[in-house]
Amino acid sequence: MTNDSDPILDVAGLSVRFGARTERVQALDDVDIQVRRGEILALVGESGCGKSVTAMAILGLLPKRTARIDARRITLGGTDLHGASDRSLRRIRGNRIGMIFQDPMTSLNPVHTVGGQIAEIVRQHRGVDRRTARSRALEMLDLVRIPDARGRRDAYPHELSGGMRQRVMIAMALACDPDLLIADEPTTALDVTVQAQIMALIADLRRDLGMSVLLITHDLGVVAETADRLSVMYAGRIVEEGTVGTVFSRPSHGYTAGLLGSLPAEGKRRQSRLAEIPGAVPRLSDPAPACAFADRCAYVTADCRAGVPPVVHPGPGHRCRCIRPDAVYADLSQSDIVRAWQ
Amino acid sequence: MLRYAAQRILAGIPILLLVSLFIFSLVHLTPGDPALLLAGDNASPAQVDEIRARLNLDQPLWRQFALWFGDAIRLDLGNSIYSGKPVTELIGQRVEPTLVLSTVTLILTVLIAVPLGAVSAWRANTIVDRLAMGFAVIGFSVPVFAIAYVLVYLFAVRWGVFPVQGYKPLDEGMLATLHSVTLPSVSLALVFAALIARVTRASVLDALNENYIRTAHAKGLGAPRILFWHALKSVGVPVVTVIGIGFATLIGGVVVTESVFNIPGIGRLTVDAITRRDYPVIQGSILFFSAMLILINLVVDLSYAAIDPRVRG
Repeated sequence: MTNDSDPILDVAGLSVRFGARTERVQALDDVDIQVRRGEILALVGESGCGKSVTAMAILGLLPKRTARIDARRITLGGTDLHGASDRSLRRIRGNRIGMIFQDPMTSLNPVHTVGGQIAEIVRQHRGVDRRTARSRALEMLDLVRIPDARGRRDAYPHELSGGMRQRVMIAMALACDPDLLIADEPTTALDVTVQAQIMALIADLRRDLGMSVLLITHDLGVVAETADRLSVMYAGRIVEEGTVGTVFSRPSHGYTAGLLGSLPAEGKRRQSRLAEIPGAVPRLSDPAPACAFADRCAYVTADCRAGVPPVVHPGPGHRCRCIRPDAVYADLSQSDIVRAWQ
Repeated sequence: MLRYAAQRILAGIPILLLVSLFIFSLVHLTPGDPALLLAGDNASPAQVDEIRARLNLDQPLWRQFALWFGDAIRLDLGNSIYSGKPVTELIGQRVEPTLVLSTVTLILTVLIAVPLGAVSAWRANTIVDRLAMGFAVIGFSVPVFAIAYVLVYLFAVRWGVFPVQGYKPLDEGMLATLHSVTLPSVSLALVFAALIARVTRASVLDALNENYIRTAHAKGLGAPRILFWHALKSVGVPVVTVIGIGFATLIGGVVVTESVFNIPGIGRLTVDAITRRDYPVIQGSILFFSAMLILINLVVDLSYAAIDPRVRG
């Protein structure tokens, strides 16, 4: 990486293994992620590739008895998270790192009011009295543009729609002015029209509050519209990384190429079927020392199975774990989506 | 909320009617002529006829029920065959010990069982959980009277901390009363707590896997807050349900415990009445216990609404 200037979140060499004697699952393998101040970094990949595990590992929320976490470095604005005690991690969670989850329908506690759940996090980290916390809750509900915030403050989650609940989740995550917001598939469970509103809200809040966002998603369309940079994850490894402009205009990994190919082209009506990536995600137990994508890759050669591909730099600020980045690009350079970004 | 409460209260009325019908038929379901039974062995036919007329037994059944029910509503449950005193008065004299014993037991049970179950769930499959649940199995398997006698032997006979038996009424001071019901309440609570602890553990264990608990962790909340405020409150409905059901069991336990500890409550009154075939008193006690059960169920139903906002219609 050419420009590491002042990352707010710096994760290096993160590996996570689940299970004990019988079956080991290598969920993450030597993952590096840097989120710079004020940027939205998208972590992209299909279900089960390790995106959520990455978020949970950063927050220290993986079950200690089954998960083994190794990392060279996990720091938030210089504070070490990897070696931190449970106590100090608790002071960071919800306070310096806010988190929102995929399913707003079940992520709020059904038996407490939404205002109470927002006030709770303020009281936990700010030590303010009940009244101050309550008025902060109102402020936050206003901030996430919930109409009639005063009336909704005492509502229970089941009285709100999915989009409203996700707004409440965002209000809660941001109530303590965190440096970093981790949004794990924040729009997956919502209606398409609501999805756009929520993404626009996150983008606006990032701009207004100057926070950084780690956006976990499988939707490259969302990435193209809101993110500054992206990291593409496959089978527990980061396979390609760079600014949205670089990666979309010069895709260099077979998996990224496959993801881009499966996007509907913008503007024109497609008569043909969307392209798909053949095969399925490999099992993560006992991974072979090879490119994990080799079995599904359109550009595979015998060398791809000879070892884990090293990181190459197809351009400035652009990293990729592929031994044939030029072959991938050469094939895609004339596709509509890549040309649109050039 | 008010509509919900009204609905629940109205639902209690037909149940009370059905129970009354059952209690009324008690006398008629037992073999033999109640009048003959009441008159005793050496009664003349004239005496039997007199009793039959006095108790309206010569009237058609539906009329008998109507008359009995009319009296019951006015709290007139007839007179005891044994002592001749009004049943209502007998029950009135015995209500206090039973209510004190049940209330203290209920409070003790909830205080023991709910935290025990919740902590077991939090520490599921660890030594803490195994010990707590092992204790629960023992409590559940050993009958009340066995636990009661062990406690009496240890705390009353050996160490003399609590009285062996008897009851001090509330006029003699709250502390004296509590002292006298400690052993009976603890023996009852140990049995009763086992069931509630297990159900609490299972419910909380489910809740701990919910997404909103993950949210609570991500908020940086501490373990007690997550366990009691987020997990336990959201499973309040099943836990309160079991407490309500357990109360039915508790009434059976109260009868046994009052006999073991010689407490002059309704349980003892019932047992004595049964051995003497004192039908009016038996009817009265059953009616009392039924009314209490219906009342508890009403409280349980109303607490659903207090605990879970989704229940409020």
